[in-house]
Amino acid sequence: MSSPIPLLSSLAAETHVPVVSPGTADGVFSLAWLVIVLPLAGAAILLLGGRRTNAWGHLLGTATVAGSFVLGLLMFFSMLGREVGERQVGQHLFTWIEAGGFTVGMDLLVDPLSILFVLLITGVGSLIHLYSIGYMAHDERRRRFFGYLNLFIAAMLMLVLAADYLGIFLGWEGVGLASYLLIGFWQHKPSAAAAAKKAFVMNRIGDIGMSLAIMLMFVTFGTTAFAGVSAAASGGSENTMNAIGLLLLLGACGKSAQVPLQAWLLDAMEGPTPVSALIHAATMVTAGVYLVTRSNFIFENAPVAQTAVVAVAVVTLLWGAIIGCAKDDIKKVLAGSTMSQIGYMMLGAGLGVAGYAFAIFHLLTHGFFKANMFLGAGSVMHATDDDVDMRHYGALARAVPITFLTFAMGYLAIIGFPGFSGFWSKDKIIETAFADNVWIGVAATIGAGVTAFYMTRLMLMTFFTKERWEPGVHPHESPKVMTIPLMVLAALSLLGGLLLAGNWITDWLTPVVGEAHHEHPPIPAWALTLIIVVVVAAGVAVAWFTIGRTEVPREAPTDVSVFTRAARADLYGDAINEGLVINPGRHAVTGLMAFDTSVIDAAVEGQASGVSGLAMVYRKVQNGFVRSYALSILVGAALVVAVMLVVNAG
Amino acid sequence: MIDFAKPDIEYGLLWPLLLIFAIACLGVVVEAFLPRGRRLLAQLALSLVGCVAALVGVVMVGLDLSDHGAARGSIVAEGALAVDGPTVFVWGLLLVITVCGLLLFAERRLEGGVSAFAGQAAALPGTDAERVASSKGLDHTEVYPLMMFAVAGMMIFAAANDLLTLFVGLEVLSLPLYLLSGLARRRRLLSQEAALKYFLLGAFSSGFVIYGIALVYGYAGVMDFAGINDAIANETGSRTMLLIGMGMISVGLLFKVGAVPFQSWTPDVYQGAPTQVTAFMAAATKIAAFAAMMRLFYVAFGSERWTWEPMLWVIAVLSMVIGAVMAVAQSDIKRMLAYSSITHTGFLITGLVGIHSADGLADGQITATQSVLFYLVTYGFMTVGAFAVVTLVRDAGGEATHLSRWTGLGKESPVVAGVFALFLLGFAGIPLTAGFAGKWAVFASAMSAGAWPVVVIAVLTSAMAAFFYIRVIVLMYFYEPVGDGPSVTLPSFLTATAIGIGALATVVLGVVPGPLLDLAAHAGEFIR
Repeated sequence: MSSPIPLLSSLAAETHVPVVSPGTADGVFSLAWLVIVLPLAGAAILLLGGRRTNAWGHLLGTATVAGSFVLGLLMFFSMLGREVGERQVGQHLFTWIEAGGFTVGMDLLVDPLSILFVLLITGVGSLIHLYSIGYMAHDERRRRFFGYLNLFIAAMLMLVLAADYLGIFLGWEGVGLASYLLIGFWQHKPSAAAAAKKAFVMNRIGDIGMSLAIMLMFVTFGTTAFAGVSAAASGGSENTMNAIGLLLLLGACGKSAQVPLQAWLLDAMEGPTPVSALIHAATMVTAGVYLVTRSNFIFENAPVAQTAVVAVAVVTLLWGAIIGCAKDDIKKVLAGSTMSQIGYMMLGAGLGVAGYAFAIFHLLTHGFFKANMFLGAGSVMHATDDDVDMRHYGALARAVPITFLTFAMGYLAIIGFPGFSGFWSKDKIIETAFADNVWIGVAATIGAGVTAFYMTRLMLMTFFTKERWEPGVHPHESPKVMTIPLMVLAALSLLGGLLLAGNWITDWLTPVVGEAHHEHPPIPAWALTLIIVVVVAAGVAVAWFTIGRTEVPREAPTDVSVFTRAARADLYGDAINEGLVINPGRHAVTGLMAFDTSVIDAAVEGQASGVSGLAMVYRKVQNGFVRSYALSILVGAALVVAVMLVVNAG
Repeated sequence: MIDFAKPDIEYGLLWPLLLIFAIACLGVVVEAFLPRGRRLLAQLALSLVGCVAALVGVVMVGLDLSDHGAARGSIVAEGALAVDGPTVFVWGLLLVITVCGLLLFAERRLEGGVSAFAGQAAALPGTDAERVASSKGLDHTEVYPLMMFAVAGMMIFAAANDLLTLFVGLEVLSLPLYLLSGLARRRRLLSQEAALKYFLLGAFSSGFVIYGIALVYGYAGVMDFAGINDAIANETGSRTMLLIGMGMISVGLLFKVGAVPFQSWTPDVYQGAPTQVTAFMAAATKIAAFAAMMRLFYVAFGSERWTWEPMLWVIAVLSMVIGAVMAVAQSDIKRMLAYSSITHTGFLITGLVGIHSADGLADGQITATQSVLFYLVTYGFMTVGAFAVVTLVRDAGGEATHLSRWTGLGKESPVVAGVFALFLLGFAGIPLTAGFAGKWAVFASAMSAGAWPVVVIAVLTSAMAAFFYIRVIVLMYFYEPVGDGPSVTLPSFLTATAIGIGALATVVLGVVPGPLLDLAAHAGEFIR
């Protein structure tokens, strides 16, 4: 029933962007809807079921995600057994919007790209659910927490399985909502509530870009389905495609915490640690990379937008790395590093056909090792009574041996130690960057060196050097239910590179992103790899000499250079936002409020003063009020007539 | 010697409208002659049966419309009214909203056995007469005929096909609403102040309308919309006169929908009027006025599009931005919803500037008429539902409308807070709610007319607007109740039904908006 994927007919075009044209779902693929519905049902039962579900809620939550993972695996193996041309499968659930010739179906698309995401989301998601059983054991609102986690998983799966931009948007809003609920989960902390609000607002700015892009697609192509847009994309004018691409990039920046919408991610660490691992490391923040890769048919026709992706990526990968160098909060270091690593993925995606597969490859390996390290950080916090300040750690390697060993696997992977998963994936992206432009390659290499520095700093301050524990803290290893997920993720951090064996990942993704014709970097690949390894070793060495060999003070020193101060302040990201957006907005509101003389409000609030007093107030103000209202109508009428006359005269 | 010809009235098409008028007049008779004790039931039965019968009539008329070029239907009553697809659509919607409004009006459990309206409207606040009226538990039922008159006025307004009928409709719908606004049982001074303000400003804006009508008549020499359009096409007179006239008529219509800069009355009146009246008025007035506005601009001034279009761009942008900004700063839930309705006016005008004729559009694009009609449905149901929920949250002083009193409502009553959250998410335009489908429709319509700057600002303001809707949700769910907290009074099935209808529409129109979008498309164009 499925048709081979037709390549774009205009072979004159330089890039061969495959058109999305899925075959009908059969066999195990006809259960694709269940992948989303399982966690969704879990969320509904947990959130609506009330206290009755307290006893087994967390088990149900974990089971539904694990069920989706099993289904995902079945689909994956079934897809492996298919011909390359038959690996795109679509499932039509129902027609969402139908108006005249315009239809939006609630359609799912299972193809080599989305199945990898399904496996990552449900696989890492299952492990994080398992871990949360232990981590949240003493929280009385654990059931609600699992409900939100399930809601998040369902929304994220909707995002990656949708076959239509409106479907993506649905998941997009859903993950935003779930992340808002989860960041603010510990609502008794005002900082958590503020962080949740910030994440929400900054994500809304990104959403504006996303919705405008969808609007523009609708107006240009008359459809928002991948199939329709990808078929028509090469015919669109370059300006339109650039506009759509840039707007999509804005959306991606919001979700993936890329400059200039990066400020929320560091604050989002206020949420429980499994949340940071799941949402702000492994899955949600990679939605932007997914969006760019999925929209390859747009970006391949939009050179300006593609360049903008690269620019944003390079700035972010350095920005995040620099922030990571100065933070003392272990989760914030990891957050800065997440930002930076997503910068690498965006860089890969921005490099076009040659880079898409590597971007996704790095996304997968990063999902493993970053989730591993976030959960490891949670385990460390568990051991030290929820202290996050690395200056209060030190010499924990002996106290929490399993956590240390698993964390070390993640560490070696992220700095790109030869043989570990991160080595393969980052190396490929840097190599592709060099082939495109030497300076981008240099920036990416420097980023790798800085990454090595701050991650080594984190390792040393946490697990080595001298004990600097708070009085009364007796570090202890976490329970099995928490360490087993760590071990699994550690193994994946080590072995994730196998995905590249025999170029499997690039071949696998070719039907989605197109065939890459290899450009050779200016210097041989082995020499490049050697240079990267040397730079990384230099970063490690610098960290060893500045931190490992010296005494780490328990209080952060204040007599530091202007650079450190800037990095500690997140490179003034908040100050920039405040100066450019928040303060002008606040002034505008205050100014407008002056027009809304709130005498009525004051009167309502002061009701206790008695009816007669109220009456006096009203009688006094009544005349003035209506007169000023009438005046505003008069002015408005003058405005209306003036606009019409001016237009007519002009 | 003037010949007087008997006018030709198409009763077969107009009977739903005439029925509502008859019910209103009958209501006055009932009020005068039936003993006090039996009035409530009689009035309620009369209005409900009348509305349902009229609704059936509207459906029958709608199924029977004849084709008329690109439009469907016919011009009736010697050119005074047009019964076409959009008219029938709006009539039907108005009647459904009215039924919901009637259910809210009839609610008596919330106030402990009496309605939310003043026991004796004529008694001055704070006098012995008022004390007597309230201690005897008096309950006046004049609200029902008043409402029916207002509905009849709205139906005329939506179908008006010449300038004079337009003005008559405007006045017939407005006067009963002024009165209804002043009839609150509690906080009577606030309510009466609101009514007086509404009346004075309404009269003021009506002055603009009638002056504008005079100017346009002076230009065109005719009153009917098609004739005005012909006159404009033939360029018969002074354009300045035409333009000023158009502007002045627009002022009156924009006043009724609460568009900036004619919005100043909205927060005060929405806050002061009995919440049941606010629910009905906020939804129904906007529906009727937008129908009238579309007919006026598309039919009468259709060939002059390029002069009024920039004006509407400006008004749409102002309404969205100022409504959203002001809503952020509100501390009263009714005032916040009032400013939110100003923002929605902006969104509706955004849809209105789209292309109204299917000829000018590619396949798959939607017309302005279709998008605005659809948005009106989603907005109408969400508004009635949201205001109905406001009537449930009470303390000793009646409705607790200050936002601080809503803190922790999610703990006090998860169901009420949940339903209200649904309406707020709908207003915010979150996908899978009716609000999203509505916003999508009006934005798409404006985009195809090239109004992308307006759409960009609309998307920006909906992001801003989402912020204050979500803030209320956070307040209800994430914070502990302050002091003894608000209490939710359980309503009778009347209010519960109205809220249920609103919530159901919000969900269903979000998940499967297709059939209604099709119906709105099927309504076709305005007849000339």
